[in-house]
Amino acid sequence: MSTITDSAATSARMARSSLLGDIKAVWTRETLTILRDPFSLIFSLIQPLVFLGLFAPLLAGVADDGLGFGSTLQFFLPGVVVMITMFGTSMTGANLQFEIMTGAFERILATPLARQALLIGRALKELTPLVVQALIITLVAVPFGFDLYPAHIVLGLLILGVFGVGVGALSYALAIATRKNEWAFWAVQQSLLFPLLILSGMMLPLETGPDWMQALSKVNPLTYIVDAERVLFSGTFDDSAVVYGIVAALVTCAVGLWVGVRTVTKSIL
Amino acid sequence: MIHTQQLTRTFESGKETVEAVRGIDLDVAEGELVAFLGPNGAGKSTTLRMLTSLLPPTSGTATVAGIDVTADPAGVRSRIGYIGQKDGAGHNYRVWDELLMQGRFYGLDKQRATERADELLGTLDLEGMKMRKVSTLSGGQKRRLDIALGLIHEPALLFLDEPSTGMDPQNRANLWDHILRLREEFGTTIVLTTHYLEEADTMAERVVVIDHGRIIADDTAEALKAEQAGDRITVTVSADDLPTTREVVGQAGTEVEEVPADGCAAISFRVDAGPVALPRVLHALGDKGVAVNAATLKQPTLDDVFLNLTGRSLREGAEA
Repeated sequence: MSTITDSAATSARMARSSLLGDIKAVWTRETLTILRDPFSLIFSLIQPLVFLGLFAPLLAGVADDGLGFGSTLQFFLPGVVVMITMFGTSMTGANLQFEIMTGAFERILATPLARQALLIGRALKELTPLVVQALIITLVAVPFGFDLYPAHIVLGLLILGVFGVGVGALSYALAIATRKNEWAFWAVQQSLLFPLLILSGMMLPLETGPDWMQALSKVNPLTYIVDAERVLFSGTFDDSAVVYGIVAALVTCAVGLWVGVRTVTKSIL
Repeated sequence: MIHTQQLTRTFESGKETVEAVRGIDLDVAEGELVAFLGPNGAGKSTTLRMLTSLLPPTSGTATVAGIDVTADPAGVRSRIGYIGQKDGAGHNYRVWDELLMQGRFYGLDKQRATERADELLGTLDLEGMKMRKVSTLSGGQKRRLDIALGLIHEPALLFLDEPSTGMDPQNRANLWDHILRLREEFGTTIVLTTHYLEEADTMAERVVVIDHGRIIADDTAEALKAEQAGDRITVTVSADDLPTTREVVGQAGTEVEEVPADGCAAISFRVDAGPVALPRVLHALGDKGVAVNAATLKQPTLDDVFLNLTGRSLREGAEA
């Protein structure tokens, strides 16, 4: 049976744990909810397809530029990928709030896991199905005249991943801040999400919008992400929009993690 | 195992500063079973949170399992087990998954985590629950699973925050069986908070009474009761025998109180060892020809101790 030496060995193993290992452990636990309940994944895959299938034809009609449906898809699909990323990662906190309420979060806080790993692991879990979703809608779009650039898409998804971790961390912090009243989480999440999405030019181009909208879109980090994704999905690496997108993703990620870790260490559950 | 010096925690609530814990000095040796007893809001949980590194102290120091909580919180966390007030296991998870993940969170490799999870399912009577979803377990089963989660890495020091709150008496007794066995087998040091008087009284070897963020008493339950309250004997005699009784009682005990009634009187007094004193007093009264109508011995509870220390009762429902 267990002896003191056993415990000493245990401590030695613990000492070797790394941030990366911690992130993987948190991600694995979170991902188990998807693995154990695949229906939620299947359902979430259908949603962006419906959106793409119903919205893109309308947009093609409005923006009749003579280049055909393929061109509309080229504009619209990267936007949908960004949108599902925003939907998914901004909800990171909702799952967390449930675990704050039941007590599982406190138990996990009491383990030696690195605080950053708690945030990053959870955000990455929300990103995991998104990668699958993004790949599926991209492949589905190909027969309709969408041009596929795999290497560019990989970079595009990486930028989205970094950005998504930042958004997830902010959502996480919001969940902790609003842990006493659940509705407040949704109120803040929803009232931020849609203005950010619309003001990024994700759904409709902003060039035709009023000046104030264009000005606001300049300070919206999401704008730079959307622009970078459009450029990348159309097969260009060599564009300043890609650099701006990377910078916007890194800044969002850094701010998100800073706010998130601060909130975790300062709050009393 | 634990050493604190002037451990303090304040909270800012609006413009007010609330002093939740005000300078706690505490030493807990290896293998001790200590209960923090006090009303809700006394600072028990806040103290526990600082000791488990979940909450940084405002001032003061705490060394837990040989490590400073402020300097290396993760080091403290890897050496202790913590079982909180609410359900530790995620409701949407399977029992087995949660146990294995918990092992991984503490850095166990897969094989060791599997061994430990199997052992714990056995010791905590959770065999056959492996594939069950946590939300479908009964209250008692969930609590036992929480204990299993807290023990996966075999900590030498275990903290439990209100472990039996909301449990029925049978489940509570069952929980205590597990905790006591753990201690017997592995010599685990256990620190818990409770506001159940009986629990602190019968289970803990050492009771630390906390009120308004301070330790107001710290001893074994027996010693606290003997010092702070003491046993009280009450004898009822007829009014004629009262003078003789006063004389005998005056020699046998202290803090004598008289409650006169119709033709007789109840005299109560404090003695050191009630069960020994009672027959002696009755004998002495008999020798002097006093006919005792009724005699009762009341041994104090920790509530009497708390009442004596603070002037308030700890009983549930009593306003703190």
